[in-house]
Amino acid sequence: MADIATDVHAHVDHHHDDHHDHHHKETFLTKYIFSQDHKMISKQFLITGMFWAVIGALLSVIFRMQLGWPEETFPILETFLGKWAEGGRLSNDFYYALVTMHGTILVFFVLTAGLSGTFANLLIPLQVGARDMASPFMNLLSYWFFFAASLVMFASLFIQTGPASGGWTAYPPLNGIRDLAINNGSGLGLDLWIGSMALFIVSTLLGGLNYVATIINMRTKGMTMWKLPLTIWALLFTAVLGILSFPALLAAVSMMEFDRLLGSSFFLSEIIINGQLLDHKGGSPILFQHLFWFLGHPEVYIIILPAFGIVSEVLSVHSRKPIFGYRAMVLSIMAIVVISFLVWAHHMFVTGMNPLVGSIFVLFTLIIAVPSAIKVFNWISTLWRGNLRLNPPMLFAIGFVSMFISGGLTGIFLGNSAIDIQLHDTYFVVAHFHIVMGVAAFFGMFAGIYHWFPKMYGRLMNNTLGYIHFFVTLIGSYMIFFPMHFMTGLPRRYYTHSNFTTFDNFGGLNEFISIMAMVVFLAQLIFIFNFLYSIFNGYKLKKGEENPWGATTLEWTTPVERLHGNWPGDIPAVHRWPYDYEVNGEPFIMQTTPLKEGEVEH
Amino acid sequence: MAEAATIDQNKEAQLWKGGKSPFGSSYGKIMMWYFLISDTFTFAALLIAYGALRFAQVESWPMPSHVFDSVPGLIDHGAPLVFVSFMTFTLILSSVTMVRAVQEGFQMNKWGVVKWLIPTIIGGLIFLGSQYLEWSHLIHNGMTMTSPWSSSSGDFVSTVNFGQLFFTITGFHGLHVTFGVILNSWLLIETLKGRFDRVGHYEMVEKVGLYWHFVDLVWVFVFLCFYLL
Repeated sequence: MADIATDVHAHVDHHHDDHHDHHHKETFLTKYIFSQDHKMISKQFLITGMFWAVIGALLSVIFRMQLGWPEETFPILETFLGKWAEGGRLSNDFYYALVTMHGTILVFFVLTAGLSGTFANLLIPLQVGARDMASPFMNLLSYWFFFAASLVMFASLFIQTGPASGGWTAYPPLNGIRDLAINNGSGLGLDLWIGSMALFIVSTLLGGLNYVATIINMRTKGMTMWKLPLTIWALLFTAVLGILSFPALLAAVSMMEFDRLLGSSFFLSEIIINGQLLDHKGGSPILFQHLFWFLGHPEVYIIILPAFGIVSEVLSVHSRKPIFGYRAMVLSIMAIVVISFLVWAHHMFVTGMNPLVGSIFVLFTLIIAVPSAIKVFNWISTLWRGNLRLNPPMLFAIGFVSMFISGGLTGIFLGNSAIDIQLHDTYFVVAHFHIVMGVAAFFGMFAGIYHWFPKMYGRLMNNTLGYIHFFVTLIGSYMIFFPMHFMTGLPRRYYTHSNFTTFDNFGGLNEFISIMAMVVFLAQLIFIFNFLYSIFNGYKLKKGEENPWGATTLEWTTPVERLHGNWPGDIPAVHRWPYDYEVNGEPFIMQTTPLKEGEVEH
Repeated sequence: MAEAATIDQNKEAQLWKGGKSPFGSSYGKIMMWYFLISDTFTFAALLIAYGALRFAQVESWPMPSHVFDSVPGLIDHGAPLVFVSFMTFTLILSSVTMVRAVQEGFQMNKWGVVKWLIPTIIGGLIFLGSQYLEWSHLIHNGMTMTSPWSSSSGDFVSTVNFGQLFFTITGFHGLHVTFGVILNSWLLIETLKGRFDRVGHYEMVEKVGLYWHFVDLVWVFVFLCFYLL
């Protein structure tokens, strides 16, 4: 399958030379829609991801309105949501649907497909020095499976019974029974959710296989593994994580759909609904949690690793300094990847697991702080005494480090089962994971978009709007999530807390958080405006300005205009590592520059 | 013109490599290996579910030799594991013929590939047919996704999870065999059309071969879990 295109050429040595065929005239359809060019596919992923990000964030604004002013009515909600907000008050059913879809959309569609889909596609062939991915056709399929998954998920938002509303983790038994008596979303909404996730898993698999094969086999001459930019290392391990962890989700949701449609009982046992005992017997809902979190925990690293890579690259380029501890960075990613498969049950400390088993998961969870801390210290050391250029990509990269530290510290609290049992399902957890994998990953993504926008569109983004976007987002995000740490004991997932006098004193704080959420949402619209406006009206790079940041990596050696095949002539060979800044009295040395006489390889 | 292009390509070929591939194999095979690792995890997840559910209800788990003791259409009872041994043997034999097809592919022997692909496909089809017979026999005797297996005397009723896991896991494996038969048939057609001779290598046969052996290997584990333990 991978060879379909290659086979056209009678060629014994099956290297990938089918995609610098400039004789083919590209039609609109093959250039923009069913494109096999990795750069176009990356834009498709990015724009689809941005579309989803707006939807996902908008959903959170709606449910924040409910949380901030639980007794108020908003007629505008009824205008748009109809029966889900009768009289302008959000129905409790739809509140859960909003939360569920917010989680699903942001975790999978934005921060998995949108983030690693965009940057893996854009950067892997360009930074390793390849004409395109190993299999451009599979790459095309990867995007279109994602698109199909998106269509199904988007459709589920509009069906009569509403989208899935049992949480993005889809725990049984709540989600294991296809009965509208439980909640509206457990009908067709959840069927579509499961179908969409299955398509999504296929997309991740096709993409991941391609990324791994391209990085391992398609590097240009001289590009040894230890000369790869850290972005590529991060994307390689992201792909490996996806390949190994998503199968568990596939198995779990398949079995759950059998429970729902065929009446099996993998995850169900002795359940009574409305006084009636169901037939399901023998299954274990905890089993689903194990399978789910075997995906779910590596998933958070699938989200954060591309941001790690992007931030390492951006920090080094814009502080005009070599990255501090290159090998330590790579090894710590490896360590994180391995340990991330051994910590999943720290999401399940309150399931009644054996404390001994719990303590093993505590141990591994705390160990994972070590490679994470190594990375943080290396980023800070990279900044140390650097010649900082505080432009939007750099600011977002620094903001990422700030967020990652703030969110990482609360991870140490939550990793201890004794404390976690107290904090489980409270706003402390919400604050922790939103800061460390939500906002931080978004900051990494923004850093990447501002940094590589000139590569994608041949133009620069507007700096002023970038600064506004950054400062409002940074301060706003802290304003949203920092207070949540101190809402001690306030349970998450509650539609309203006004019935509990204990939580009355959080009313004002909740209002404040909701207002901040809206402010941050509006700031993202500035970014989207900047992005779209700059595609057509940004400062256009002229010939000779291919490398606006003065970076050393291969992608900046390609011409400004898009070229299917990336380099007009031969692919450049690589002679040195990607972080030669301020050495030999030069501001930077491209990877393609041969070593000087007497110079030792890094 | 054509010659110039060849020279150009050779020059390019020298520039392609970024050192050696760490695994010393082509990108296509690396993709297949990674896919198989991924698929291993899917089967592993299913078999872990099997283990977790089985050991939670050991008493109501049936003896395999009591469940699988018939040869559909021939012997109703008293032939434990005979039929499944036949199925397993057929599948393993089809792996052997696949090895021969790959071997002939290395030697660029078109008719050799055709000769060994045909029995491979037939082996896969026999396996699938046998699975159909076995499933319908079990369903006929009352074991489905919702109702348990019970002994003919009726004094032992198993947990419903037994049948559910059996149908899910052997079904998932059967789906893989079906896909493998489709791939092998596609290979056969393309070989007959002379595609791989034109391309200059039979690597596609090797890649599908990897998949086919994997499906075989998975069956060994499925066989172990449901028929032996």
